[in-house]
Amino acid sequence: MKPVIEIKEIKKTYHVGEIQVHALRGVDLTVNSGEFIAIMGASGSGKSTLMNLIGCLDEPTSGRYYLDGIDVSSMPRDEYANIRNQKIGFVFQGFNLLPRTTALENVELPLFYDRTHRIKNHQQAARDALEIVGLGHRLTSVPNQLSGGQQQRVAIARALVNKPSIILADEPTGNLDSHTSVEVMSVFQELNDQGITIILVTHEEDISTYAKRIVEMRDGRIRKDHPVEQRLDAKTVLATLKEDADDEAN
Amino acid sequence: MKQIKNLLKASFKSIMKNRMRSLLTSLGIIIGVSAVIVMVGIGAGSQKRIADEISSMGSNMIIVFPSFSQRGGVSRGAGSFNRFTMDDVKAIREEATQIKSVSAVVMASGQIIGNGNNWSCQIQGVDPEYLDIRGLELKSGEFFTEKDNRTCKKVVVLGQTVVENIFGDMDPIGQKIRIRNTPFTVIGVLREKGQDGRGQDQDDIAYAPSLTVLYRLKGDRFINSINASSTTLESIDKAQEEISVILRREHKIDYGEEDDFMVANQTEITEMASETSRIMTMLLGAVAAVSLIVGGIGIMNIMLVSVTERTREIGIRMSVGARSHDILTQFLLESVVLSLSGGIIGILLSVVIAIILNSWTSINTLIQPVIVIISFTFSGAVGIFFGFYPAVKASKLNPIEALRYE
Repeated sequence: MKPVIEIKEIKKTYHVGEIQVHALRGVDLTVNSGEFIAIMGASGSGKSTLMNLIGCLDEPTSGRYYLDGIDVSSMPRDEYANIRNQKIGFVFQGFNLLPRTTALENVELPLFYDRTHRIKNHQQAARDALEIVGLGHRLTSVPNQLSGGQQQRVAIARALVNKPSIILADEPTGNLDSHTSVEVMSVFQELNDQGITIILVTHEEDISTYAKRIVEMRDGRIRKDHPVEQRLDAKTVLATLKEDADDEAN
Repeated sequence: MKQIKNLLKASFKSIMKNRMRSLLTSLGIIIGVSAVIVMVGIGAGSQKRIADEISSMGSNMIIVFPSFSQRGGVSRGAGSFNRFTMDDVKAIREEATQIKSVSAVVMASGQIIGNGNNWSCQIQGVDPEYLDIRGLELKSGEFFTEKDNRTCKKVVVLGQTVVENIFGDMDPIGQKIRIRNTPFTVIGVLREKGQDGRGQDQDDIAYAPSLTVLYRLKGDRFINSINASSTTLESIDKAQEEISVILRREHKIDYGEEDDFMVANQTEITEMASETSRIMTMLLGAVAAVSLIVGGIGIMNIMLVSVTERTREIGIRMSVGARSHDILTQFLLESVVLSLSGGIIGILLSVVIAIILNSWTSINTLIQPVIVIISFTFSGAVGIFFGFYPAVKASKLNPIEALRYE
């Protein structure tokens, strides 16, 4: 199988005034199609930097990065924008939806910048994506009319709408309570079951167990890379949570 | 094309989200555009009024008046040595081919007494052709004839102001008045002409035959000026040339010597009068244009605030694939839409102001379509110029930092 992501000896050094900060000190990572990876690590471990590089928001200082077999290690800014538009869907911790803009319009946003015009009916595509995350009934709601979990699902729909190769989620449950977190993870698991590759950055142990593979980072290097042994199924967890709640109510 | 349409839609949406702010931002442009249009309109209106009034004197009129004369190197000022006589008028009348009518003008002033009232005004001695040269019309009665002139008949035609002051509502035709103790009979009343370009009342005047004024009132043989009209508007230059040649011969001016008279036509006089008004218009327009630029600075200010405020939005847009050029276009379009809609509102406002001024005050505003187009285009240019820096600033943002911006 051809890997979606192939990262070889990638380094990233920031210059803060006179001081050099080595955020990544040589990272190798291969992600195959259909994987569900959780990148873990403390703050300062380099996981966000890696995430930004994978997401083509930033370029590496050295090393090679192949996305879908194409070398994207160094490119002009506009090319990066096109790759983000075509191949990557972002989900952020703070949802990052446009305020005072309806769910439908928020989801349509990536299609607005699609220069290939491969998707003809923007509204239909956005509607379908919202349907997938279970928000088919909240099309015209604006973000501040939606709960945190619903906002994050709109963000996931936005990440989906351009049919990307990978979805990158940076602490997607960081602003959510535990129950809603599980709900969001169940959306990710469903999408992964449909064959979408997902890379998740988190520092929460329990969230990472919903993934299939865990990559642990420390000091700009990958320390551990192992499959999840006891993978949690979000649907089952939700069901038990519901039972508990019912018991308490009784 | 579709991209532009979508971007336009997006700019409209973001402008409508901040309605109050957008309106206040555009206010500078609104005031600027309407000020330019109204100011230039007022200038053009008064220019037209001057032109209308001057041309109402008769469009192919030529005025000949004595110029300053020099004797032994001493200048004595314009008209200081009056050398026009009835012979000059006669020579022009008989010899010139391009001249339709010609008339002597003899100026006198004095007290008019009649009907128990008295009134001081200009008394002009003119020839019967004067009526045609100046485009004067009679309200009642008749103008004097060539025979009246030849026989120095003591008849007078009065302007409306004189009639009102001497006779009030009474019919003056056939009434006797005295001018400097000489009795005259009123034979006609002129139709009102109102004020001329310089604000002088053109109805405060009495016309009598030129020879009557010359011999009976002034006891003199020199006339003040000669008025003439060319056969057609096109032949006016030729007619002036003819008059010059005839007068030089009559006055025995040698070749190489300067004229002792000046010949001016209607167009030249109109130009002189409208030049002043044109400068005023330009000045007013320039002052108003400054307010347009101030309005532009207002737009730049708000756009800069908007870019800072929407840093996160810019980050989101970049993360889903907006290129810097897309962001630039979006913000540039927003400021252009702001300034152009300000321009449109400004144009509408100026029309309203013009209508109010024209119907409620004596100020005559003439909206110039050219100025409307220019100020509209200028407001768009202001939007581009002052929106460019904020837009570039937005497009240069780093997506990672923009996404993290709180």
